[in-house]
Amino acid sequence: MKRSLSLALLLAVIFALPPARAATEADYKAAYAAAEAASKEATGLRNQWTTTVATLAAAKKAADGGDFDRAIAAAKEAEALAKASIFQATSEKEAWKTMEIR
Amino acid sequence: MKARSAILFGSALAALVVGALASTHVTAADKVDPAADIKAFQNFFFQKFPNVKHEDFANGPYSMNEDMKRQWQEKEEFPPYEFALDAGKEMFATPFKNGKTYADCFPDGGIGIRQNYPYFDEKEGKVVTLELALNRCREANGEAPYSYVKDEMASLTAYMAYTSRGKLMDIKIPDDPRALAAFENGKRYFYTRRGQMNFSCASCHVQSPGERIRAEVLAPALGILNAMPIYRSEWSSMGTTSRRFVTCNSQTRAVPLEPQSDEYRDVEYFLSYVANGLPISGPGARP
Repeated sequence: MKRSLSLALLLAVIFALPPARAATEADYKAAYAAAEAASKEATGLRNQWTTTVATLAAAKKAADGGDFDRAIAAAKEAEALAKASIFQATSEKEAWKTMEIR
Repeated sequence: MKARSAILFGSALAALVVGALASTHVTAADKVDPAADIKAFQNFFFQKFPNVKHEDFANGPYSMNEDMKRQWQEKEEFPPYEFALDAGKEMFATPFKNGKTYADCFPDGGIGIRQNYPYFDEKEGKVVTLELALNRCREANGEAPYSYVKDEMASLTAYMAYTSRGKLMDIKIPDDPRALAAFENGKRYFYTRRGQMNFSCASCHVQSPGERIRAEVLAPALGILNAMPIYRSEWSSMGTTSRRFVTCNSQTRAVPLEPQSDEYRDVEYFLSYVANGLPISGPGARP
């Protein structure tokens, strides 16, 4: 009796949880668009990183192969890299002077 | 691989944050003063390396110690740039289809003039490098331009540098706000950190000349362009100043700019000006 009650409780918990959703193409497209926008901004600042370009390409390749989990992870990494390069370009507008020989 | 990327990414971010914090100590921009800059720049290297003869800075890493100097002297006996020099001499003398030659495009027939490049063209309002002038000469005579990074361009500039060996770098900055802005832009480019590695040109060539980066000894920034173009063992070929800038950017994981972009022209102007008074030693050879 006790055992079947525990089993029933366990099943109830499992079915009450929302099902884990596989990443979709739409999720990937949103992540890629965000990464691409940040990457374009870095290019506009003349401070693109090779790793951003390579990671964006990896995201596209994974999506073309239907692996959207991987594609989204790569797109997010590319966005983070692009944002770091934007931060670098912005902060270096003044920070370069700390290196100058005077 | 994933852990490696995470470490690299983390290090880059940490370096960026340190850089940003350091920027809070920056004072207001000073007036552009190339004469003060050249004095400070040269003094920095002369004091950092008191045993290096001033003219030896034109030999890059080979000026850094006696062992390296001996390596350079041995290399000069059978220089790896010799084939490019011979090709460049022949190309320089060969007429274009219209019968004119490179000599018609340059002062003094293009012989012994390397030390005057780059110069600021007041008509155009921009810096003109030797590589750019060579391609403009070709185009003005109905010929297709060469690649800025190697092969024919390296051969031509090798020959022109060779005819100028020993002449002292003599870059002029006219009293023109555009020329001063170009100099300042070049200086800013030189000191600006870029790429995922968060390196500026100065990270290697001001902060660490004489130190090793893997197997290579880093060259001092002073006189670094006097030996251009160079044969690099790493490339197994000749390379121009443009190629050097492009590969430096790639090594810091920055997407290189297009050769002869305004930034590259300006940084060449800055680096050449601060090397005024040092002899042309090109073409050179590097590890």
